[in-house]
Order: sequence, then structure tokens, then C-alpha cells
Amino acid sequence: MKNMLNKFIIAIKPSLIAVAFGLFVGLIIMLAFNPMEAFPALITLLLGGFNGGLQGIGNTLYMAAPIILSGLAVAFAFKTGLFNIGASGQMMVGAYVAVHIGVLWNVTGLLHWIVALLLGGLAGLIWGLIPGLLKAFRNVNEVIASIMMNYIASFLLIMLINQNVIQELRAEARIVQRSAVLPSLSFLFPGSTINIGIVLTIIIVILVHILIHKTTLGFQLRASGFSMDGSKYAGMNTKRNIVVAMALSGLFAGLGGAIMFLTFGKALPADGVIFAEGFDGISVALLGLGEPIGALFAGLFLSNIRMGGYYLQSFVFVPQIVDMIVAIIIYMTAISITVQALFKRYGEQIKAWKINRKKKGDEA
Amino acid sequence: MDVIYNLIQITLGSMTILLVVALGGLLSERSGVTNIALEGIMIFGAFLGIWAIQGFEVYPYSPMTKFAILIVTFSIGLIVGYFILQLIRKFLLKKEEPMKIKDLFLKESSKFNLLFILGVALIIGLILFFILSANPMSVSLVLLMGLAVAGVTGGLYAMVHGYAAIHLKSNQIISATALNLFAPALAIFTRRVITQGGQQIKFDSNFIIQKVPLLGDIPVIGDLFFKRVYLSFYVGLVILLIVAFVVKKTKFGLRLRACGENPHAADSLGINIYKLRFKAVALSGVLAGMGGVMFVTTFSNEFNVTVAGFGFLAIAVLIFGNWRPSRILLAALFFGFMRTIASSYSSIGFLRDLALPGQIYDMIPYVATLVVLMFASKNSRAPKALGQVYDQGKR
Repeated sequence: MKNMLNKFIIAIKPSLIAVAFGLFVGLIIMLAFNPMEAFPALITLLLGGFNGGLQGIGNTLYMAAPIILSGLAVAFAFKTGLFNIGASGQMMVGAYVAVHIGVLWNVTGLLHWIVALLLGGLAGLIWGLIPGLLKAFRNVNEVIASIMMNYIASFLLIMLINQNVIQELRAEARIVQRSAVLPSLSFLFPGSTINIGIVLTIIIVILVHILIHKTTLGFQLRASGFSMDGSKYAGMNTKRNIVVAMALSGLFAGLGGAIMFLTFGKALPADGVIFAEGFDGISVALLGLGEPIGALFAGLFLSNIRMGGYYLQSFVFVPQIVDMIVAIIIYMTAISITVQALFKRYGEQIKAWKINRKKKGDEA
Repeated sequence: MDVIYNLIQITLGSMTILLVVALGGLLSERSGVTNIALEGIMIFGAFLGIWAIQGFEVYPYSPMTKFAILIVTFSIGLIVGYFILQLIRKFLLKKEEPMKIKDLFLKESSKFNLLFILGVALIIGLILFFILSANPMSVSLVLLMGLAVAGVTGGLYAMVHGYAAIHLKSNQIISATALNLFAPALAIFTRRVITQGGQQIKFDSNFIIQKVPLLGDIPVIGDLFFKRVYLSFYVGLVILLIVAFVVKKTKFGLRLRACGENPHAADSLGINIYKLRFKAVALSGVLAGMGGVMFVTTFSNEFNVTVAGFGFLAIAVLIFGNWRPSRILLAALFFGFMRTIASSYSSIGFLRDLALPGQIYDMIPYVATLVVLMFASKNSRAPKALGQVYDQGKR
């Protein structure tokens, strides 16, 4: 048991260092702009949803669901050695399809939101499939391909909303019907918009964890991630693995997009802004060490400080400070291996120096 | 006819931006470091570059603007100082007899050389500074100074990526993604906190050259290339020539290419891979930062924290251009044309008559990128060591 705990601490150490450093630099930036308000602002950021009591916590959990799912999407692709930077685009098409069904289709009862959710996920799957196919069969860099898919999705979204579900006099879609809204959990957190999205997310995370670590498919995907050539030599179909990984990754992101907008009173905007949640997914996946369970906790943390960003309004600072902190955290996770090695080396040097000094002291 | 000339001019505008940024990408990728951060570097360069341009338009200059001018002139001084040093060394190498001064200059990585460059930079920088800050600048000079500021910022910002990717052995895509996220956030944060208002940075100058004297009178060619063109077009062509020359004909270029193909072999011949790659990434940042200012001055009259994905398009141009300067020119022309169709389809008769939603045309450059990559990637000749972390111990 103690061994496991030790292992766990060693595993999450780089993430903790990265987070601490990110917050530290964020604090320095805020100090540079306004020393008086920097510390209270940082505390507000860290408290996040807790600033608003039960309602705030509920809203944090509501906001966490799509972020966790997009983080899961990125982490899943990471396992196969692919970098899915297109989670935003996949979320956008997922969100649109879900809203389209939620507004226009007439399905009775419970089925409505389930259909909307599943088809939203399917749309994301297709959007992730395209870069996967391009990578597997035409050797197109998946990073560039999925970035292009993001832009295409953003324009497609404006066009489709304008054609099908536009709300009069406003650049946004109509809100979904009552039957298409995900069942609410607001009896647990009064006043918040929380729904069963977060529960579904946790279930999906656990299922993906099992898929990656306990099934043959998961093993094959991970093997392709370790070494494309090695797994090919071992007789695995690497091309299929790439396609499957990207498609499933798109599925999770699409579900995230659908969950985000199958909420009462939330309208899908037609302004062509690429969803920030998709890029949050990258940070969540990196912070969560590329593991589904890690993505769950990293997503909760990130949505908490994002929530804190909204509570910053009473200060001079704007919520973009969160983006900067996140960027620094990503940077730190990228260099964490070397930095840790450096720490270790300097630690040993200092130790050796101390021992030497002691020896000299003894001699003298 | 006017419509066609107009379209070609807009195409050349987009082409220049893509060309310059893609050439930046070329320098970095030929040395073996992927640079997805081009987009973020463009935004960062445009942010400070346009801010500086806004300052240069108001005379007398504020202290901050003067500081920006000083930074630029000092950087110019550094470059000049470096070349003077190289010339002196070349001259001294030819001399046979031993001299005291020879030892001073020829010793590798001595402090004297650094001091020499700094001294020259200080003298030249101060002289230029007093010349420039004494009078209001002309429109062209404002743009060039803005480009220089953006170049310096872009170079410094790219060094952050370079340091992580080369010295700290990080995943090159991840550290670049961090840079892409950080740049727009910092720009919005800084503007909003300082001005307590919007994030846009407006400027008044119009950087279109109406007509180049003499050359503008040539029929057809004069209309195409020397009338109503952006100044950045010529800057872009000069940069293309310089980069093509450096990569193909100089010692630095040869080493750069070797470093991207087989760094271990290059290292065994005494090239410092880490240093060379770091230089290449910094230079790519300089070009990307300039591209950011070019984007804003070409397409709008304010900086609004976006470069519309041109950084990523430039990487597509680079891949389509097969990592070669001349092909990159053609690829940039192609993408520039696609982009022009997207932005000005309403002035093209038959496209307007189709009455399709405008977003279809907006998508064209990105769809075209995918289609082009589909055919270009299979046989692409990417540098062999691209994206791999160089570890000296693995040799």
C-alpha cells in the first residue's frame, strides 16, 4: 500500500510542480500590473467555484464535463502517439448536431436527449476520423490536418446555424426543446446548472481506462504509441490503430460538445469562435499525464480555476490570466522530465559538496 | 480589368505573409526543429509591432516609443557589429605574421569578441537612435520600424520555444502549443488591464505604395507589381532572396541542412548542434514576427489579437513547398490565391451569381490545404531528423 502511494506521488510530482510554477508566474505577472490586488486575485482564482458556495461548485462541475471529455480525447490520441489538437472542431460539430436534433427533431420522452447526445458524439467521431484517415493512408501530419478541420468546423457551424436553427435577430442558435435537455442534478447543488453530464463523463472516463489498460485493442493502441515500426513488425495493423484512435478521440470530444449545449437556456453562438474547451483539453491531458483518470482530476482543477477567472471581475484583471497560467503549466509539463533530472543532478551535487565540506571540516 | 489587377494585388498581399512566415518555418525545420508555434509568434510580433507603429505615428515620441526605437537601433547595431567582426577576422586570417591583435580576434568564443560586438552595437545604435528620434518618420519607415520591432520580439519569443525544444529536450509540439496559447492571452490581458477597455490597437497609416516611380510606367508588369502594392511585398521578396542564398550558398546554410538531416554526423564533424538549432529557431521567430505585422497592416487597420490561422497555413505552405525556398514561393502564391477567393468572392461576377453562403468560400483555403497535403505528404522530403530531440549521448 505504502509502495503504491509512493509510486503515485512520484507519478503526479511533475504535474504538481508545473501547476505550482504556473501559478507562481501568474502571480508575478499580476504583481507587475497591479501589486495591490495580485494576492487576493490569486486566492480568488484558486478558490474558483468555491467562491460561490454550493451553486459555484455545481457550476464548476457542469463546466468540468466538456473539459474533461476533451482532455480525455487528447489523452486517448496521445496513447497512440497522435496529437489531436482538433478536439475543438470535433466538439463544435458534436455541439451543432446535438443542438440541431434538440431544436428540430420531435422524439418523445427520454429518447430525445439520448439521441441528440449519441448523434453529437457520432459527428465528432466523423470529424476525428478524417485526420485519422489522412494520417494513416496519406501520411498527412495529424496536427496540421486537425487544425484545418477546426477552421472548417467553425465556418461550417456559422453556415449551418444560419440555415437551420437561427434565432431571430441574434447571431446564435435557438435553445433546445425541454425534452432534449440533459436531466438536471440541481437538487444537489441548488441554483446551479449542473446536469448528469458530469456523471456520464465519469462513467466514460472509467470505461476508457478499462479499454486502454485491460483490452487487446487498448494494448495494440498503446503499442503503436510506443513504436509504430515495432508494433507493425509484431503483426499489428498500425494503420487501423491510427484510424481507430483518432475516431474514438473524436467521439469523446463530440460527446463533450453535445453535453455542453444540451442544457436549458444555453444557446450555441454563430460567431465562428473556435471552442476554447478543445484547447483546454490539451492542457488537461498533459497535466493528467496522458491517463484518463488523470484527465478527470486535471479537468476538475482547470474548470475550477476557470471558474475563478469569472470571479475576477471585481479586480482589475481579466480572465485571460487563466490562459496564461495554463500555457505556462503546459510549457512546464513539456520540460518537466529534464527539469526533474536537473533538480536531481544539482541535488546530488549539493549533497556531495556538503559531504566534502564536512570531511574537510573533520580533517581541519 | 481593374478587378483582375485588384485580385492579383490582394493575392500578392496574402502571398507575402505566407511566404515570409513559411520561410521562417523553413529555417527552423531544416535544422530539425518543428515550429508549430509560428501562429503564436506571429500574434506576439504583431502585438508589439503594431503597438510600436501606433507610437511611431505620434510625434514627438513618448518615452516608451523612444525605448522601442532604441531597441531596434541597438539590434541593427548588433547585426552590423557581427558582420564587421567577421570581416576583421577574415582579413586577419590572410595575414601571415603573428600579431597581438590577431590572437585577440581569432580566439573562439572569447569575451573580447562579445565586447567588440556590443561596443559597435552601442555606438551605431545611439547614432541611429538620435537620427531617427529627431524627426517624424515617413510612412514607409514607420512600417519598417514596426517590422523590426516585431522581428526582435518574435525572435526573443521563439527562443523560449527553442530553449525548451533543444536544450531541455521537451516534446517540440507541446512546448510550441504552450507558446500559441500564451501569446493571445498575454496580448488581451496587457491591453485590457492597461487601457481598461478594448483589446484592439488601431493605427492610421496606409502602407500601400500608390506607384513606384519609373518602374510603375511599364505596361502590364508595372500595373501588376509596381502600382498600389504593399511595401511588405518588396520586403518579402528581399527576405526570400536572402533566405534562399543563406540556405543554399553559405556555410551556415550547409550546416543547417546537415543538422536537419543527420545531426549525429554533423556533430561528429565539429558542429555545435544545440547552438545552430537555437540560432535557426530564433531566426524563424524573427521572420514569423515580421509576418504578424505584415498580416495586420495588409488586411486591416487594427490589431485584434488574431492572425486568422496564417501561422498554421504557413506550415502547410512549407510542407507543400517541400522545404525548398523556390517551391515555397509557388505554394504561397497558390494559397494566397485561395485566400483571395475567400475574401473577395463578391467582386468576382460568376462566383457572386452562384449565391452560395459566404462561409463556403471562407472554408476554401483550409479545405484546399487538406487536399493539397493529401497529395503532397506521401512523397514529401521532410528533413530526416525533423521533430526528433537531439541527444548527444545517443551517438
